[in-house]
Amino acid sequence: MFDVFRAMYKIILPIRYLVKRRITYFAVISVCLCVFIVLVVMTVMAGLVDEFKQKNHQFAGDCVVGTKSLVGFAYYQEFVELLEKTDFVEAVSAAIKSHALISRMDSDRKTRVEIMGIDPAKHGRATGFGQSLHYHKDDVARAFEPGYEPNLPSCVLGIDLELQRDAGSTYTYQTNPSRIGYSISCLPLTAKGALAQAGTDMVDTKTFYYSDNSRTGLPRVDGSLVYLPFEQAQQLCMAGSVKRANAIYVKFKPYVRLEEGCAKVASLWESFRQKKSGEEQAYLLETVTVQSWKGYRRESIAPMEQEQTVMSVMFGFVAITTVFIVMVVFYMIISHKSKDIGILKSVGVSNFDVIELFSGFAFLVGLAGSGLGLLGGWVFLVEINQIEKWLFERFGFQLWDRTIYAIGDIPNRVELKVVVAILLSAIVACLVGALVPSWQAARQRPAAILQVNQL
Amino acid sequence: MSKDAFLLTAEGLHKSYRMGSTQVKVLKGVDLAVKKSEFVAIVGASGSGKSTLLHILGALDRPNKGVVTFEKRDLSRFSSGELNRFRNKTVGFVFQFYHLLDELSVLENVYLPAMTGRSVIGWFACRKWAKNRARELLAQLGLAERAGHKPYQLSGGERQRVAIGRALMNEPTLLLADEPTGNLDSAAGNGILEILGRLNGAGQTVVMVTHDERIAQRAERIITLVDGKIEHRHTK
Repeated sequence: MFDVFRAMYKIILPIRYLVKRRITYFAVISVCLCVFIVLVVMTVMAGLVDEFKQKNHQFAGDCVVGTKSLVGFAYYQEFVELLEKTDFVEAVSAAIKSHALISRMDSDRKTRVEIMGIDPAKHGRATGFGQSLHYHKDDVARAFEPGYEPNLPSCVLGIDLELQRDAGSTYTYQTNPSRIGYSISCLPLTAKGALAQAGTDMVDTKTFYYSDNSRTGLPRVDGSLVYLPFEQAQQLCMAGSVKRANAIYVKFKPYVRLEEGCAKVASLWESFRQKKSGEEQAYLLETVTVQSWKGYRRESIAPMEQEQTVMSVMFGFVAITTVFIVMVVFYMIISHKSKDIGILKSVGVSNFDVIELFSGFAFLVGLAGSGLGLLGGWVFLVEINQIEKWLFERFGFQLWDRTIYAIGDIPNRVELKVVVAILLSAIVACLVGALVPSWQAARQRPAAILQVNQL
Repeated sequence: MSKDAFLLTAEGLHKSYRMGSTQVKVLKGVDLAVKKSEFVAIVGASGSGKSTLLHILGALDRPNKGVVTFEKRDLSRFSSGELNRFRNKTVGFVFQFYHLLDELSVLENVYLPAMTGRSVIGWFACRKWAKNRARELLAQLGLAERAGHKPYQLSGGERQRVAIGRALMNEPTLLLADEPTGNLDSAAGNGILEILGRLNGAGQTVVMVTHDERIAQRAERIITLVDGKIEHRHTK
């Protein structure tokens, strides 16, 4: 029966080999370096991806009922009311989404932006909108009331539209928002998707005053999104007698699982859609989908996840390299130890015992290497932000240029499951690397080893 | 004499090795019998096949043809587990180049066979006995003060005495010595031969391989091996 602890010498000898043979140190150092690199990069990458997902979740709530069409869909109020009556929904917020041109009143330069019309109180409950604000963080319902003149029509700008991020990833805010007007122009669409005719009562350009900034940490959002009051955005973008919206953001009660909640919303939507099938603008409901925040933000998240997958594949190659290094080192160790194998066999040790002996040795190499690598990696991660700060102050080097990337501190939270996975992988890599040399060593004829130049 | 009276017998042993493209015949039909408590020396020139014969007698190697019996049991019928136990408990080997484990101390080298033959629990149960037995053996071999040393800290003669201690650890029925003095100066070699003689005097069966006729004179029976065949048997 396979049992590493079947005999005491299988514990004593591997420990002595580990401590006394200098060549073993190379195997330990190889494993240590690989584990160090894998732990550091996996932690940072996983941290960045998790942080990015978290920001996307904050931005989109739990579930989004929406359409990509700029025309939007009708009867949204009824569906919002329906959702609000359910026992699994915490908050709901309808939104208008469209594209627009924006220019400061004191400038002729026009910039393309996305606009989102929301009810700030509702949107703050359904998403992390409130937390993204600077001046109205604690009073999100009044996000569109600038401190200098609350009754002015106002907007909340994505932070990168208004402020510059410095190298420390921080923005310099004024104590109160300045009175700056922005002219926002939009092309209002009819329910049929046509441009509303000029000269009608539709408003397509309006001035909004800067009320606050929104900092979601999502570069595309912060660099191009302007929040407007819901009704005013609706007037800007949607022509027609039946009111329309582009999306409904839903937040579930805390105990509701994401998939379960989304399935319930999808089921409700399907019933609602069928009920409305005879209505005048029912055709607009056909383009509406129900998605979890992950699905809704898939286009943003997927590249990050893909990068993480690529990194994992690369680390797969690192692991294979480790196996080969360990294999080479073990071939060298075992070729040095062939005499020991002969001696052990002469005192009754079996082939299988020899494999177990060297597997025990490989286990110790893996354990020592990964232990040192994990310890080193952990210490490095604890200090990674200090190290980066020091490098920046001394040499102007930053891992990610904060004026370009919307990253705060480098994520350095070490996950226990990652540690365990790396430790086990390193040990398995060592065992795999040692298997072939051990097997070959076990097959050696003791007489051939011990019979030195004699026949 | 009846075949049953022998501790160890070998009949028609053939052994050949492949060296490159040629087949080298090392043993060409060797017959041999060793009685209990006998001291047998196998003499032969280098390449005559004496070490190969010794390895086959100690189950470190298998013959291509022929039968080896120990206490009337055919070794070729032993399972691999039985062969391992045979090498661990019944036979003790002494090699020309000592073959000690450098990572272990002298004491640990001596009690190694006691450790390899037992489970961890079994080892803890008999550890005290094994250490005492190993210390006793080292004292008998004049190495009591060297128990904590490493093999590389000892002289050639001392190392060979440690190897004898290891071979005797499990009180084997048969002691096989392959050129035990071949790597030693004459004083150290004489010391080793005295120990082997003393052990034989105490009833230990010894089969020794040597190329030196004078050393072989210490044995009570000398078998001369020439080109893989026994050419001469001489009993004192």
